[in-house]
Formats: sequence, C-alpha cells, structure tokens
Amino acid sequence: MNAPVEIHEEGASARRPLLEIRDLAISFKTSGGEVNAVRNAHLTVMPGETVAIVGESGSGKSTTALAAIGLLPSNGRVSGGQILFDGEDISHASEKRMIELRGNSIGMVPQDPMSNLNPVWKIGYQVRETLKANGLPDSADDVAKVLSEAGLPDAARRAKQYPHEFSGGMRQRALIAIGLSCQPRLLIADEPTSALDVTVQRQILDHLDKMTTELGTAVLLITHDLGLAAERADKVVVMYRGQVVEAGPSLELLQNPQHPYTKRLVASAPSLASRRIQAAKELGIESEDLLAPDEDVVVASSMPDEVLQIENLRKVFKLRSGLGRSTDFTAVDDVSFSVKRGTTTAIVGESGSGKSTVAQMVLNLLAPTSGKIIFDGVDTSTLNSKEIFAFRRRVQPIFQDPYGSLDPMYNIFRTIEEPLRTHKIGDKASREKKVRELLDQVALPQSTMQRYPNELSGGQRQRVAIARALALDPEVIICDEAVSALDVLVQAQVLNLLAELQSRLGLTYLFITHDLAVVRQIADHVCVMERGKLVETGSTDDVFDSPQQEYTKALLNAIPGAGLMLPPEVA
Amino acid sequence: MTPDSNTARQDASAPATRHIEHFVADFAETPLQATDKVKEDQAPLSLWAEAWRNLRRQPLFLISAFLILVVVAVSLFPGLFSPIDPTSEACQLANSDGGPSSGHPLGYTQQGCDVYARVIFGTRSSVTVGLFTTIGVLLIGGIMGALAGYYGGWVDAVLARINDIFFALPLILGAIVLMQLPMFRAHRTVWTLVLILITFGWPQIARITRGAVIEVRNADFVTAARSLGVSKFGALTRHVLPNSLAPIIVVATISLGTFIVAESTLSFLGIGLPPSVMSWGNDIQAAQASLRSNPMPLLYPAIALSITVLSFIMLGDALRDALDPKARKR
Amino acid sequence: MSTYILKRFLQLIPVFLGATLLVYFLVFSLPGDPIVALFGDKPVNEAVAAKLRIQYHLDQPFWMQYLLYLKSIFTFDLGQDFSGRPIAAVLGEVFPVTARLAVMALVFEAVFGIIFGLIAGLRKGKFFDATVLVASLIVIGIPIFVLGFLLQFTIGVQLGWAKPTVSSAATVQDLILPAIVLGLGSFAYVLRLTRTSVIENMSADYVRTATAKGLSRFRVVRVHILRNSLIPVITFLGADLGALMGGAIVTEGIFNVPGVGNRLYRAVLSGEGPTVVSIVTVLVLIYCLSNLLVDLLYAWLDPRIRYDS
Repeated sequence: MNAPVEIHEEGASARRPLLEIRDLAISFKTSGGEVNAVRNAHLTVMPGETVAIVGESGSGKSTTALAAIGLLPSNGRVSGGQILFDGEDISHASEKRMIELRGNSIGMVPQDPMSNLNPVWKIGYQVRETLKANGLPDSADDVAKVLSEAGLPDAARRAKQYPHEFSGGMRQRALIAIGLSCQPRLLIADEPTSALDVTVQRQILDHLDKMTTELGTAVLLITHDLGLAAERADKVVVMYRGQVVEAGPSLELLQNPQHPYTKRLVASAPSLASRRIQAAKELGIESEDLLAPDEDVVVASSMPDEVLQIENLRKVFKLRSGLGRSTDFTAVDDVSFSVKRGTTTAIVGESGSGKSTVAQMVLNLLAPTSGKIIFDGVDTSTLNSKEIFAFRRRVQPIFQDPYGSLDPMYNIFRTIEEPLRTHKIGDKASREKKVRELLDQVALPQSTMQRYPNELSGGQRQRVAIARALALDPEVIICDEAVSALDVLVQAQVLNLLAELQSRLGLTYLFITHDLAVVRQIADHVCVMERGKLVETGSTDDVFDSPQQEYTKALLNAIPGAGLMLPPEVA
Repeated sequence: MTPDSNTARQDASAPATRHIEHFVADFAETPLQATDKVKEDQAPLSLWAEAWRNLRRQPLFLISAFLILVVVAVSLFPGLFSPIDPTSEACQLANSDGGPSSGHPLGYTQQGCDVYARVIFGTRSSVTVGLFTTIGVLLIGGIMGALAGYYGGWVDAVLARINDIFFALPLILGAIVLMQLPMFRAHRTVWTLVLILITFGWPQIARITRGAVIEVRNADFVTAARSLGVSKFGALTRHVLPNSLAPIIVVATISLGTFIVAESTLSFLGIGLPPSVMSWGNDIQAAQASLRSNPMPLLYPAIALSITVLSFIMLGDALRDALDPKARKR
Repeated sequence: MSTYILKRFLQLIPVFLGATLLVYFLVFSLPGDPIVALFGDKPVNEAVAAKLRIQYHLDQPFWMQYLLYLKSIFTFDLGQDFSGRPIAAVLGEVFPVTARLAVMALVFEAVFGIIFGLIAGLRKGKFFDATVLVASLIVIGIPIFVLGFLLQFTIGVQLGWAKPTVSSAATVQDLILPAIVLGLGSFAYVLRLTRTSVIENMSADYVRTATAKGLSRFRVVRVHILRNSLIPVITFLGADLGALMGGAIVTEGIFNVPGVGNRLYRAVLSGEGPTVVSIVTVLVLIYCLSNLLVDLLYAWLDPRIRYDS
C-alpha cells in the first residue's frame, strides 16, 4: 500500500504523464452570472499511479475530475488551461472524441451506488452495453467474467438481476466492474465508497487496489477523507475553494503539511486524529491532552451517577409481506447498558444495526416491545402525558441531516424560541434574551436570529439545532449521527462545541454514530451494535486498545489510515 | 518511520513550480477563511419572500396576475366596464345579429343583445363558481388529505377508499348525474353548482395534500418538535401543514381554472346555470345555433373564458416554478 | 408480481361497489320521485308509473334495490330505455363508437405528445422548448368545447378538409377531427409530462454514468433517458383511456358522434334515470379496468414494483 517511493524512483523523467492538468479553470453559468468553480488547478498522474484529490464539499475536486472525462454539467465549461491525456489536450475535445476515449481509455466509478445504476435494466445488460460500445466481446460469459473479477459472487446469476435486488456494496462492485470492464488506462473514482458502511468500504477499496494494480490502471481518486487518501494514494492533491493549495507524496504531506489549510485538515481529520491518539498512547501520552478542545476546559465529573439505564430493551417491527401476512423483524434485541451523568456514551454500528431505533426509544418517541428505559430512577414507559411533557425538557435530540432538522418556514429566532414557548417559559422579552444567550453559546452571531435555515450552511444549521436542544436546559442530549453529514473542518468545530458545552453545563451525551474515528475523539464509553444486538461495550480506551469481538476488530481495522504511521505531535 | 527521518526529504525552500515533488501554493493567493462563517451581508429572506422575489421576475406570472386582477375587477364592478344593461329585456330583436357599431364594439347576438355587455356581465358567475368551489374543495380535500396523510393507518385506509370512489366519477360526469336530479334541476343557481362541483372536485386536492403531508411528516424537524413536547396535532398545524402548502396552492390555482371550465361546460350542455343567469357558457350555447351565419357572438365569450382559464393555469405554472420543493432543497 | 396484481385487483372491488352505490343512491334515493321525473312535463300515467316502480324494484328497501341492480348489471339485464329498447343493446351500439374515438385520441396524444415532449426536454430552455411550452399551456387553457367549435368551424366548415359532423357509421376517417379535439388537452399534458420527466432523467446519476461508459449520445437518450421517462407517461396514458371514454360527452355533442357521451347526454336531458345509471356504471367499470391496466403497465415498466409486496 505504502510503496510510492519505489514507483517514483525508477526514472520518472523518461515517462510521459498519463494525465496532466495545467492551469485549469472551470466556470459555471448561474442566475447570478458566471461563477468560477476551479482556478489554476494543476495535477499530474503518471501511468499506473494513484493520485488522490482531497477537499471539502465545494472545493472543486469533483468538478476537476469530471472535466477530465468531459462530463461537466451543461452549465459548466472549461474557461482556461489544458487537460492533457497522454499528451492530447482534451479540454475542448469534440463529443465524438470523448465518446471514443470514455470507457476504454478513461473509466469512471461514481459516488453513490444507489443512484448510478439504471433501475429498469438488468445489471448484466448494463455491463454488456459498456463492452459493446467499446468494441469488446459481449457474450454472457464475458459479462459474468467482468462481474466476477470485481468480486461479485455467483456472477452469472447476478447478471440477470436488477439493481434493486443488490445491496449497496454489491452495486458498488457492479459499478467498479463497469468502470474497469474495458481496461481503461485511467480510472476516475469519485468518492467510490463514501456511501457505504465502513467494513464494506474497506473490502471494496482493497479490491479496487488489487484490480488496478493488476491492470496497471492509473487512478484519480476523489475523497473528502485525508486518512483514506493517504492510505490509498501515492500522491495527494489538496484543493480548497477551487484551487490546489498543496500537492505531494502522501506521507510527506501528512507529516509535513505546509499550507495552513492542509495543516488544519491534517489536524482535524477524524481518522487521523483517532490514529494520533493511538500513537500517543503507545508513547505513553494521556489521550485527554490531545482531545482538549480548549485550554481552560475542566472535565466535569462531579456526579458520576447513572442518569440513564437501559435494561433488556427489545423492539420488534411487524413487516407486512403480501396480503394480510406479516413477518417479525427484531430491530433491537436484548440491549442493556447504562449512561453516567456528565459523560459521553457512543452507540456505534453500521446501517441496520438498530442504533437509531434505540435513540428513538430513549427519546420516548417509539414504545419498546419489551425491556425498560430508566431515566433518573424512573421507568419512562410508566410516565403519563404530563410527566412525558416534563421529561421532554430534560432529554433533547440533535439529528443527522442539517437540512431536515430545522423547519424551513421558521426563522432562527422562532426555531430556538419554540421549546420555550411550548413549555410556557418566561415572557416575550426574557425569551428573546435567552435566545440571544443560546446563540452566543453556540458561537453564532445574534444577527442570525432573523435569518432562515436556507440561508445557513450545514454546520451553522447544526449549531442552531444544538441551541434549540439547549433551550430547555436539558440533562441528556441524544446526538443521532449529529456530525456525520458535515465537512471535516466543520465537523471538528461542532465536536469541539459539543465538548465545550458538556464541560460547561455538565451535559450527558448519548452519541449515535457509524464513525468509529469520531467516537475515539469524543466518547468515554462505547457500545458496539450489530444487527440489533449489543456485541461489545466498555470504556473507549479498552474497546480501542483491546477489542474482544471479531466484529469490533473489523470495524476498527476499517478506519481509513489505520496503517499509517503518524507522530502524535503533528497536531 | 520517525518524524526526523522525514524532514530531510522535504524541501520547503524550492520554488513553487509544478513539477517538483511537494507543491505548496502561495499563501497570499489562497488565503484561509474562517471555517463556516455566517454571511452577514445579505438581508434575511424567508422562503415566501424568496418565492416572491423569483415570481416578480417571471413574465408568465406578471401577465397572468395582471389578467386575473382585471377579471376579478370586472366581476366585482361590471357596471364600470359596460354602460349598457345587458339583461334580455334591454335586447332589441331589431338588432339581431347586427355587426359592430359605435358603442357596441362587438356587435349583437341573435336575440339582439349587446355582445360586449354580455361578456362583461357574464364574468361574475364564472369567477364566483371558480373561487367558491376552490375554497370549498380546499377545506374538504385539505382536511381529509391532511388527516389521512398525517395519521396514516386505518384513518388513511378508510379515507383513501372514499377518495378512490369519488375519483372513479370524473368531475363533469358526476356533475351531470347530479344536475339531472329533480332536486337540483328545480334550483339551478350558482350555489347549487358550487355544491355539486365541490362534491366531485375534492378528491384531487385530498390526494395532493395527502402526498405533501406524507413527504413532510417524517422530517427531522417534526420529530424535533415532538421531542420538544409539541403535541401530535400541534406539530401538524405548526410544522407539517405550512410546509405542505406549496404543491396545494399550485394545484388549487390550476383547479380554479378547471372549475370555471366545468361551469361553462355544464351551462353549455344546458344543465348548468339557467338561461336567465348571465354566463359565458350559456352565451356560447345560445350562439351555437347561428355559428355558421354569425360566429362572433360565440367567439367573444369563448375568448373571455379561455383567457380567464388560461390566466389561472399560467399562474399555477408560475407558482410551481417559484415554489418547487426540489429547488427549495438547493 | 402476482401478489401485487391480486392486491390491486382486490382494492378495485370496493371502488367499483362504492362508486356504483354512490351513483345509484344519488339517482334513486335523493328527494324527488325519479319515476315522476321520468315523465318530465307530461302528465303522470299512474299505471305505467307503478309498472316502472316494480321494474326498478323501487317498492323494495334501498339495500335490496341496489343488490338487485348489481345482479342486473352482471346478467346484462339492464331493463329498457324510454323508447322500449333494451338498454344492453343500446350500450352495445354506442360503446364501440366511443371506444374507437378514445383509442384514436389516445394514439394521437401518445405519438405527438411523446415526440414533442422528448425534443423539448432535450433542448430545455431553447426556442423550440419555450414555444412548445407556451403552446401547450394555451391548449390546456382553452375549454374543449371552444376548441371543438374552433376546429369544426375552421377545418370542417371554412377549409372543408374534414366533415364537420360524423356520419352514423362513425368510420375511422369521420372520427379523425373529433379524436384530435378529444385528445388535444391530454396531448398537451403528455407533452409536458414527458418533458419534465426527460429533464429530470437527464440529470440523473445513472445517465451520467452511462455517458462515462462510452455510450453514444443516441444510445444514452434511447436506452437510458427515454425508457425511464416513459414510465410516468405510459401510466398516465393508461388512466387516460378511461377518462377519454367518460369525457367524450362534449366532443361527441359537437361533432354529433353516435357514442356513449351523446346517448348519456340525451338520457340526462330527458331524465332517463335507469339509462344514466347503466351508462355511468359501465364507465366506472372501464375506469376501474383502466386503472388495473395502469398497474400492470407500471409493473411491466418498472422492475422495482414487480417484487414489492
């Protein structure tokens, strides 16, 4: 994996770059005029080499890659510079020329496996038309061979199925099969695994590595995860606001970032941060020192009582299948754990593990089939409606999707004021004062009050959601994937805010997430869930240092960048 | 690898040309900006304000809104637009099928009535039927659809079946069956027509409302409101309905045009408004007989009807563009 | 698949029963004596009225009446119309005419709607698209009877390209102009639906992926854009068949087509309750069947439906 040095040393000057982007500028026509999305971008991919472009959303990384295969959206155009593919400038090539190149010279593996296969055609058909369009043999055997090479078991039968009969990971394998079916010399992989569960992600990336190495395919990998980029690529190109700010051999870039943006990115990437904690522990440094978001934070652990106890929790859903029949689906199966006041407990699991269902039940939005949720000594299932109303003041949620969790019709003031109004707290003036205080607490300017959610970024919306959750001075906050949809730097910012609020207000967090790297940064205790069951629980250090279960080990191994050697003092 | 062994390979002093191993952009050219800073330069804008700003720039909206204002003004104060009394008593058979003349710009009908005056005074029944049917349909269909979509389960199952049953009878067909009943035949007024059109017009709004409510009801902001202590019904009225309004408004606007067509079609068929009530449908029916000799008395009310209906349909189309829920999610 | 179709079929039964019950209730149980109404302005002949009451089971309780009526539908024993002809025979005469008219209108709107909609969608924002969009709005905005008169007067009377009215045989040639008038509104709708659907699919991820595979533009449009865009269009067309048959009243009136709508209209004007109920019942049945057809088409076009329970 980490063998870029050898490749580079065998006479790089004698070979011509496969892809060379020079001073590329890309602009989009919008209602507000021409907007520059990419400026002065340049990068070089040698034959057989893997180069990663890293950046946050809106950095221009995908736009640059799409330009290289001539697939810019219809309102976008290359407004300057060159894209040299094997010496030929294709930045303004005819559509005819691009059709010749696509497939057999430049292939693509797209981001979202759910939307990139046409739902009305069989998988085999979609592979076959690729082979046919590029003049390759396209019999059923050839199609099955292509699919099985991409790691799809039982390929001949699978080829006769439709995309909706495939899991996300299998679809991504089919897309990799399509992208590599014509043995292109360059493969553009645009966030090829970011929509998948971590363990599946790792398998697929490993397989992609193996295939491209065997075929000698050069890869242009687009990703938001610096750890993943460093692990998979020979060279990393960092883009920020449409420009390349830094580029170089992967490890060197991580260990010696020069540009302030790269430095910040290296410091914040969760996969790297978690790796750094590991490295620090091995050197005997206390991990708390590395986690402290601010210098003056005092960890509040004055009242270590158990605020929340979950006992033998079960939730069975009835799934309707056909006429009048139904099958039972156990989403949560005999889960028990407890949460200490003032600490953070993370529930980790992949999609379908039942972690969000647990959150819903703790919030008293969903009734358990059996088992108990004891909040502050009281079984929440015994509460009457008045007591539930009082309970709601003490337990508050923050949800994943920053675009869905705020009512688009409410301005920020009304959004944050709603809990106060609902619980008839204070008068108009005191409520406004409280809203201003809350905005200060989440580090948003008070002028935000008059704005509407559609005017704010994802991170800002998430901070508004935190302010709303804090309005009633709750004791417990349930964060359901609260930072998963955010860009790396924004994610770090929100995590710091949460940590700071916890120490200041003595909050208890129940943190639902799929991202182990984030868990390492913030949690005191970890519960690992797999298919409804709790498979492992313990303090974060114990679980990370000596995982007991195979599943936990697999999850830990899947954190990108696990194989990287990083010095702890980089931060 | 230790950190020390790496520093040796790094060459920060090399000029930033693109073929070196480690490229670093000029810091001055790529300044770092504060992470996630709130843009404070623009004035706050609600979704409705934003929709309004988009609408104002659309020619389709401006034209249709202007035409609708004119039509509404004519229906409220027809006397301002036509000095001539158009009731049949004022018609002179001597003027039968007369051409345009001074003060009578559109000529006369077969009965010798002034076509212009009849077109102006016929506006009111069309607009009244369209407007009040839409209000009624919005109330009934809106409530049924919102309850079905929001509560789901057996409420939805029962309401959906009732909806299906009414859907099986198209608007005109159902209205024809009802209008021929003795109890309605005897009392053919604008209000009977409104009642009958509501009876067969509500299912469409109910379906649209149901769909819109289902799309919103599982949004995180609704769950967030519920976990704040907002009651289930409170979440419906405060969060779900306001966010479901856009498609309902669009369909209701277009339906208003459809109801005007339905009224004129029924009157044209002779089972809508009685001939004593002035309406474009009645005038078109009356002019049908003399179509070949004098097509103008048919043409003018037909044009007025078409422009009115078209205005509402254009308005709905413009609103759809401005309120489109997909565009709202940026 | 079979579960899906069976489920849809079972769902239609309450719709059919409910809709016929509704119509039956409206015609026979609302205030006002339907038998007296049958005589219109003529004096009521009590002997005939009593005979009619027994014929339509009006001496029975309402539920019994409805059940007997249902039985009469499934045995095609629908009673007699005003002139003494069996209603079943009348229906057998008028339905083929309307079916021919509706199918012709459907072909017209499908062929032209899809072609124009596809071209407009592929050239979104260009001159052709803008023109077609405005034109389709105008077509939707003009009521069908105005359109009918307009085309009858210009094409039929002034230009003489087609016969302004239809002969009693109602041949395909006779029906061309009425079919266009009947299908115009739906044509505009199909056009707009195809256009929206094409535009939506053009920006779909799988279309970009198809292009990235190296497929030709023609193939991308035909296999990926058009095929997927047709799903909502074809389901609309299926449902429209029922709507066209029930909605032909005005068109048939203008062109004097001897079809269902014309017969229904005459029955309404003369107050023939039983004939009205019979015709509307058959139309509801057609509506239900065309809905079932839509479900079948949908399952055929979209594989995701086939396996859904």
